[in-house]
Amino acid sequence: MSLRRFFRREQWDRERSEEIESYVRIETDENVARGLPYAEARAAALRKLGNRTVIREEIYRMNTVTFLDTLVGDIRYGLRMFARSPTFTAAALLTLAIGIGANTAVFSVVNSVLVRPLRYPKAEELVALHQDAPGAAGLANAADGLALSPSMYFTYAEQNRTFQALGVWLAGTANVTGLAEPEQVRTVSVSDGVLQALGVPPTAGRWLLAADQIPQAPEPMSFTRRSSTVMLSYGYWQRHFGGDRSAIGRSLTVDSLPRQIVGIMPKGFRIVKTEPDLILPLAFDRSRVILAGFAFNGIGRLKPGVTIVQANADLARLLPVWMDTWTNGPGTGGGRWYENWKIRPTIRPLKQQVVGNVGDVLWVVMGTIALVMLIACANVTNLLLVRAEARQHELALRAALGARVARIVRSLLVESVMLGLMGGALGVGVAYAGLRLLVAIGPADLPRLNEISVDARTFAFTLILSVFSGLLLGLVPALRYAGPRISAALQSAGRTLSVSRERHRARNLLVVAQVAIALVLLVSAGLMIRTAQALRTIEPGFTGAEHLQTVRIAIPSSLIPEPQRVIRTQNDLADRLAVIPGVTSVGFAREAPMEMEPPNWDNVFPEGKVYAGNVAPLRRFENISPGFLHTTGARLVAGRELTWTDVYGLRPMVLISENLAREFWGTPAAAIGKRLRQYPSMPWQEVIGVVQDVRQNGIQEKAPEIVYWPAMMPNYFVRNAAPVVTRAVTFVIRSERAGTEGFVTQVRQAVWAVNASLPLASVRTMREIYEESLATTSFTLVMMGIAGAMALMLGLIGIYGVISYAVSQRTREIGIRVALGAEPGALRRLFVRYGLALAGAGTAMGLVAAAGLTRLMKSVLFGISPVDPLTYTAVPLILVAATVLASYLPARRAAAVDPVKTLRAE
Amino acid sequence: MLVLRTLVLAPAHGHTIAHAIERGSGDVLQVEHGSLYPALHRLEDRGWIVSFWGTSENNRKAKYYRLTPAGRKQLTVQTTRWEQVVRAIGRVLKPATK
Repeated sequence: MSLRRFFRREQWDRERSEEIESYVRIETDENVARGLPYAEARAAALRKLGNRTVIREEIYRMNTVTFLDTLVGDIRYGLRMFARSPTFTAAALLTLAIGIGANTAVFSVVNSVLVRPLRYPKAEELVALHQDAPGAAGLANAADGLALSPSMYFTYAEQNRTFQALGVWLAGTANVTGLAEPEQVRTVSVSDGVLQALGVPPTAGRWLLAADQIPQAPEPMSFTRRSSTVMLSYGYWQRHFGGDRSAIGRSLTVDSLPRQIVGIMPKGFRIVKTEPDLILPLAFDRSRVILAGFAFNGIGRLKPGVTIVQANADLARLLPVWMDTWTNGPGTGGGRWYENWKIRPTIRPLKQQVVGNVGDVLWVVMGTIALVMLIACANVTNLLLVRAEARQHELALRAALGARVARIVRSLLVESVMLGLMGGALGVGVAYAGLRLLVAIGPADLPRLNEISVDARTFAFTLILSVFSGLLLGLVPALRYAGPRISAALQSAGRTLSVSRERHRARNLLVVAQVAIALVLLVSAGLMIRTAQALRTIEPGFTGAEHLQTVRIAIPSSLIPEPQRVIRTQNDLADRLAVIPGVTSVGFAREAPMEMEPPNWDNVFPEGKVYAGNVAPLRRFENISPGFLHTTGARLVAGRELTWTDVYGLRPMVLISENLAREFWGTPAAAIGKRLRQYPSMPWQEVIGVVQDVRQNGIQEKAPEIVYWPAMMPNYFVRNAAPVVTRAVTFVIRSERAGTEGFVTQVRQAVWAVNASLPLASVRTMREIYEESLATTSFTLVMMGIAGAMALMLGLIGIYGVISYAVSQRTREIGIRVALGAEPGALRRLFVRYGLALAGAGTAMGLVAAAGLTRLMKSVLFGISPVDPLTYTAVPLILVAATVLASYLPARRAAAVDPVKTLRAE
Repeated sequence: MLVLRTLVLAPAHGHTIAHAIERGSGDVLQVEHGSLYPALHRLEDRGWIVSFWGTSENNRKAKYYRLTPAGRKQLTVQTTRWEQVVRAIGRVLKPATK
């Protein structure tokens, strides 16, 4: 059977009929020739031929794909049925479109972020060299682990047996001058091996090679030295060189040092999550590399067939080698000291590193949206059930006329699958709109955000979802109504007085399920709201975030080499900024709270305390200017802030955070005047102030113990060396006008009045930084909120629909009841009770399910338990209250039934 | 097979084929002539015969069928197989003549 024949069969039929007719004529002619009269001759001819219609049918059937044929019939029939009940069709399609659309949108995000491979060749071989160090609390945390030091890189890169390529990298910023305005650009500095591991060929020119990693010029106080080459990103190349290939070989002044452009990476090239403008060689100076310096991200490409376990073992084998090969300098003890840190390589697939814990959030959202889809399906199934009820006579008639059960089931399923498909088609439109919304409100750390798109896989997902939900929809009514109950249906002929309980069972079950799922979603949404509440009530350690303007300014050593001049310049900048109209105070620090610059830390020993093995816990270090704490609004619990006199006088003074003060000396007040130091050869530093705890790592992370050092300190490592300053700092400026364009322009002018070569980066308000730290929670909250609202709506519509339908079905019964003297109030109560019974059952089931399911949300919750009592009481109450309302409306209609009219209608 | 055999010599239309088979079999194979048409349809579909409209001996419009090369080959195959079957059956029925 070929489809070609299938579509040509009309023509065939015509031709065969003609042919048969010609047979009859010839035969008739011959019969006439034999002497028969014409009529008799023709009759004989027809007799000889046999049944003409049977012949035609036989040929027709030969050309038919029966399944397809009847399917087309079913589809036509279904479309006619839809057209005849436009309200039902619109309601069902809308529900499905929203459900499928929401699922498609979220799936396309999940697909882009979690499922699709990274854009590197053979990305599955790529790993992040993550390592745990439980003994180095504060320095290594659970999420980021312990970064690699340059000496670790050398040991790993040179002696491993399991990697094709291995390297370390560090994201940062650099100032580019000499093009147009001075500009601060994002950079990634890479060691040899990083580009080789990633394996993405350059668009033009060449990669950075081993030769580029040879240091060219010394850089004071650093493991790295100056190198003389740079690679451009595609975007930077387009912006500044207009995509001109002759850029290669030209010179670019990066941090006041000319570098030769050697290559351009292709569009969209990223190093893990960062998309740099420039790629620079790290150029470690091997002669100055020590054990410490744990600041670099490791990346590697495994040899084919090597497992992560093998690679972990390989690196674990190299750790003692590393400890024995390198030193932290004379008098610092052997490298074996690091055994205290209990370093353990825990390599991760690069993808896991890229996706991070956003994966949890996305799966939670995906699960939520899938539940909404289930509710939507339940609603549409309910609609279909009602319709099937109304069509019972039609179905029974078809069965009585000889339609097989399978045929009827199929025709019902065809209808519902068509609904599913049409809903899916509309859903794609909804998805496009939803996706835009999703990307707009998505958390900033949602990786690969700009890669999100609707691809073939998404379409396949939508198609499968549509067909599957269509089948699911049709199954219940099909099974219920296609069964052999013809006689019953025909007999009753619409004259039943009341409806049997049994006929309501399917719908009741669906509504109970809907309520249960809605409850789960509402509880999830409630938990997120409580999380957001909990986060908002936390004191972040700064105040009036919307009136705090922040801007990062870095002064490279190539621009101003002398540290004293750097601090002088920073002081000038602060003074200039302070005189901008409307500015109340200004300060600067190594980083503003929650800015997530790479942290600084070391051992801290309070005077009089002895730690076993001379290993003290690591504490966070911040460098601050006078007035910084006052500007951010961090409260001084005891003592005083730094003054410029303290800074310029290089006085050995520090401030500490309240939690550190309590740990060392019991109370903040007791800490004042006490002393601490970093290592034995360092002079004691006097604690002059205690600062309230600041949530430096984001609102959800507990406030770290912090030591605040002055912006300029003596160089305690090297005798008679110049003091140490922080060259890259964030200025915070308190002003009512913060964030306005006019204000930012004035800030820029003030900075350039001091030094025109200084670029401004990360110009934003503290509020933006704060919101960013809340982004993941906000995103989950919004998604849960939308899902919860949809679920509530759909659930209520479901209850309303079922009660309304029950009322309409029982009109006659109600009429009789009223005629017999039933009170309207009693009737109303009857139906409201019915609704409440459904909601009650659903709520009970939902609570059990929620208690189990919300445990999965643990990673996105904060400050509350997954079985938060408030949420678990409030949500059922709201749901039940809403149910009463949803069932009261149809119940009122029941009470208003006029018995005379109803009974007469019979 | 019988239809194909009829068409070996020359193209023919349905009526001729029906009568040819009837006569050729010595009127043993008496069938409703109509049942020929589905058979013709099937053969044409398999590409063993092709059809064209022509005029019959007594000037009627008629559809003629011609054997295709594939049909000719098929005829040989089927004839051979048929003869084998007949021989086999014959042997079973009259083992003595062996």
